[in-house]
Amino acid sequence: MTTMLRTRASAIWIVLVLATTLSWTLGSESGFGTESHKIASVVILVVALFKVRLVGLYFMELRDAPTALRAIFEFYCAAVCAMTIGLFLFA
Amino acid sequence: MTSAPSLLERRAGRAERDRHIPGEAGLWILIFGDMTVFAVLFAVYLHNRGAQPVVFAKSQETLNRNFGAINTLLLLTSSLLVVLATRAVRGQARKHAPRLVAGAMACGLGFIVIKIFEYHDKISAGLTPSTNKFYMYYFVLTGVHLAHLVVGLVVLAVLGNLARKPELTSTNLMFFEGGACFWHMVDLLWIVLFPLLFLVR
Repeated sequence: MTTMLRTRASAIWIVLVLATTLSWTLGSESGFGTESHKIASVVILVVALFKVRLVGLYFMELRDAPTALRAIFEFYCAAVCAMTIGLFLFA
Repeated sequence: MTSAPSLLERRAGRAERDRHIPGEAGLWILIFGDMTVFAVLFAVYLHNRGAQPVVFAKSQETLNRNFGAINTLLLLTSSLLVVLATRAVRGQARKHAPRLVAGAMACGLGFIVIKIFEYHDKISAGLTPSTNKFYMYYFVLTGVHLAHLVVGLVVLAVLGNLARKPELTSTNLMFFEGGACFWHMVDLLWIVLFPLLFLVR
């Protein structure tokens, strides 16, 4: 059982949990509407799409998928990241 | 020998012909389709937020961020368990697979319990989809996601049964991988929904 847990997927899980904790902390800071929280929000969105990419590449195994499938996924991550940040800042 | 490539072949082969579609191609049309629908919903939400930033920020303050974060951790953990279960059914540790799937389902059920608490808190405080646009999107987005999660739990139940079979055919393995990817999609969508609804302001 323990050897089974010592996998790359478990290491990725630890990164995902740490990233979640970072966003949780950043998002819980008081003072909404301030300039610093705007920056924190952009960081939170970048972290979110970084996490999405990790789930896709390592958990869905798109890292080992045909290039076209992986490319669609990479495009999705980049597009959603740009779209959410763009709309957050300028909508 | 099954048509699914062995672990060794998968590790060694980086050539295009050795690359492997998780599940089957048709499933990925569904997954990317769903992910695109959610991307549009994210855009609509942010667009509306832009029109009423104060309403959205004030309403967001009433959400319990801890509930959202704990639910993120539950889904991440369930995804890891599904990855380990997938590895188990492919290899030697087959006997662990049913328990790993059951663990993933328990995390999914935990998510639902927390969501019920969350919805109950809001509705008993008089905050409903008709309160304002923020709550409308909050209930619609989390509700559509919850519906996906319930479907995902049914899929996991099927995978749990598959994992108990003494022999898995290559079709069984393909279905297992595909079902696992559907569950990861439920996790992936929440990873964006949580910051959008609970954190970003």
